Amino acid sequence: MSERIPLLEVKNLKKHFISGILKKRKVLTAVDGISFVIYKGETFGLVGESGCGKTTIGRTIIRLYNPTEGEVFFDGDEIGQMSERELKPYRKRMQMIFQDPYASLNGRMTVTDIIAEGIDTHHLLEGDEKQERIYELLEKVGLKREHASRYPHEFSGGQRQRIGIARALAVNPELIICDEPISALDVSIQAQVVNMLEDLQDEFGLTYLFIAHDLSMVRHISDRIGVMYLGKMMEITTADELYENALHPYTKSLLSAIPIPDPTSSIRDRRVILKGDVGSPINPKPGCRFASRCRFAKPNCFTDTPELREINEGHFASCHYIEEINGI
Amino acid sequence: MSKILEVKNLRTTFFTHLGEVQAVRGISFDLDEGGILGIVGESGSGKSVTSLSIMGLVDDPGRIVEGEILFEGTDLTKLDQREMTKFRGNEISMIFQDPMTSINPAFTVGNQLREVIMAHSDLNKEQAHERALELLRMVGIPDPESRIKNYPYQFSGGMRQRALIAMAIANNPKLLIADEPTTALDVTIQAQILELMRDLKDKIQSSIILITHDLGVISEICDKVIVMYGGMIMEKADINSLFANPQHPYTRGLLLSIPTNVTGKKKRLVPIEGSPPDLMDPPSGCPFSPRCPHAMEICLKKAAPLFKISETQEASCWLHHKDAPEVKGFVKVEGDLS
Repeated sequence: MSERIPLLEVKNLKKHFISGILKKRKVLTAVDGISFVIYKGETFGLVGESGCGKTTIGRTIIRLYNPTEGEVFFDGDEIGQMSERELKPYRKRMQMIFQDPYASLNGRMTVTDIIAEGIDTHHLLEGDEKQERIYELLEKVGLKREHASRYPHEFSGGQRQRIGIARALAVNPELIICDEPISALDVSIQAQVVNMLEDLQDEFGLTYLFIAHDLSMVRHISDRIGVMYLGKMMEITTADELYENALHPYTKSLLSAIPIPDPTSSIRDRRVILKGDVGSPINPKPGCRFASRCRFAKPNCFTDTPELREINEGHFASCHYIEEINGI
Repeated sequence: MSKILEVKNLRTTFFTHLGEVQAVRGISFDLDEGGILGIVGESGSGKSVTSLSIMGLVDDPGRIVEGEILFEGTDLTKLDQREMTKFRGNEISMIFQDPMTSINPAFTVGNQLREVIMAHSDLNKEQAHERALELLRMVGIPDPESRIKNYPYQFSGGMRQRALIAMAIANNPKLLIADEPTTALDVTIQAQILELMRDLKDKIQSSIILITHDLGVISEICDKVIVMYGGMIMEKADINSLFANPQHPYTRGLLLSIPTNVTGKKKRLVPIEGSPPDLMDPPSGCPFSPRCPHAMEICLKKAAPLFKISETQEASCWLHHKDAPEVKGFVKVEGDLS
């Protein structure tokens, strides 16, 4: 990465969901003050366990949800508060690939209709040109021309995910938000899709926000990674740095929990098994969200919320005692 | 070591209105007493149907069409439902994948635990309650006295899986089948559950069959592995041999397609091209042959027998035949059959 131009910048983004009224009013703080930058041409991985808010971030960026607070800059323009009309040109520049290839394709539409939807909405191409473009996209994602007139139910999970990718590519986006694009696929198919995403990135200079919970795949595909826990960012750094030199206690235990496909591995002996469950994002208490499961927690961890600070160059972590824990 | 379970030439087919789905196609394996056997495979490989066959839970339109399942010498396929009930939940029990749906939401956890206990013992309600508390404590549920009165929705995913494990081990089963027990869980919770299973195995001295798609989970906990594909066994080995020296192209492909923790430059993943076979109309030869980089003519016609590579490893691949072309890493075996 010679010149690092930010494509997407998220500042203090919050997304709260409110349920109930008056005394029963509950606030679910899915995303609670997250900031990060994604540079042009890179893959930013976002990891965390279920309920940490990673999917909500993706959906808020692409404005499937409206942010409660905070700003989202796309190529320098604030899009978080834009009206639908103002937003339309930006919609073409950001696309999304969803987790479930069975639920994200309309079963009553042919592959052509599915892929053409974006092209039609943005009036990009018509007639034969459009059809040609669809054939080209199908071939790009490893499907055949003949598939264009078929319906989603005729395809396997891996093939459906390819259709979803073709649909995202149809409008020539700059940023693609991949929300767990491979978790529903078989192991041998996952590698096919990941390789394809990498090839497409090289060919079209795409920028990815890659949301996942599979840490080994995230490491493989990402340049930089953010680790989330209950709506807060715990750590951000480069992929290699994260796996070699994680600083935050949560990241450390998350990494050590990955099952390793090597029975002789010595990592098993050094494993830290986290006690307890992920807490609730409903009406969260002050302090560090991870404090109740953290073995280094001290009294002020339960009262003061730590800020995300730069510890080493380009390596951010949010923990009061990061220096003490890591002997820095 | 004596065998607790012997499966011989098991064949389970589903007779649907669209045609016969041959989910399990003639597999044989056994399980040592006290052992943990992993069955690994992708969706549609037949791993879950294998476990349901052992449990006697294959439902219409499915049926075991051939083979024997010997549990301590008793052929389970010959038993009627009433006789099978004596084994199920007692001598053999099962942990299912999804802790959200395999527990009844309308009854308290304690109620369901007591039911399991009382179905197979003479304990009265109070004794069963005591036993239920003991079980919840064993599986690491904090404050069992109050938790036992909770409904499943009041439990988190990890705790529900713990409660299900408590039910599964309630009658000290000799054989515990866990079908993807950690797939629905987060990775930190998965680590907790795997540790719990390792602990419990020693405490209750049962043998375990663990079914998963995740080679990582296999290597964490199992001592032997079966690799299934398209309803057949591709490779059988102890875990050290399997990971150090896979002897089937499919196993090899699987291991190559997961990212390794090699530092520095990004290595490109090596996927297995193509997609899994259609079990309505499976390839007549080796099920993996359409995707196999080494496929030969015979592979398309006839599935290979299990060649015995060593004392601890067998693989069903023609590359081990003495007349096969030399492929790096694949051992040649004298004689035809294992």
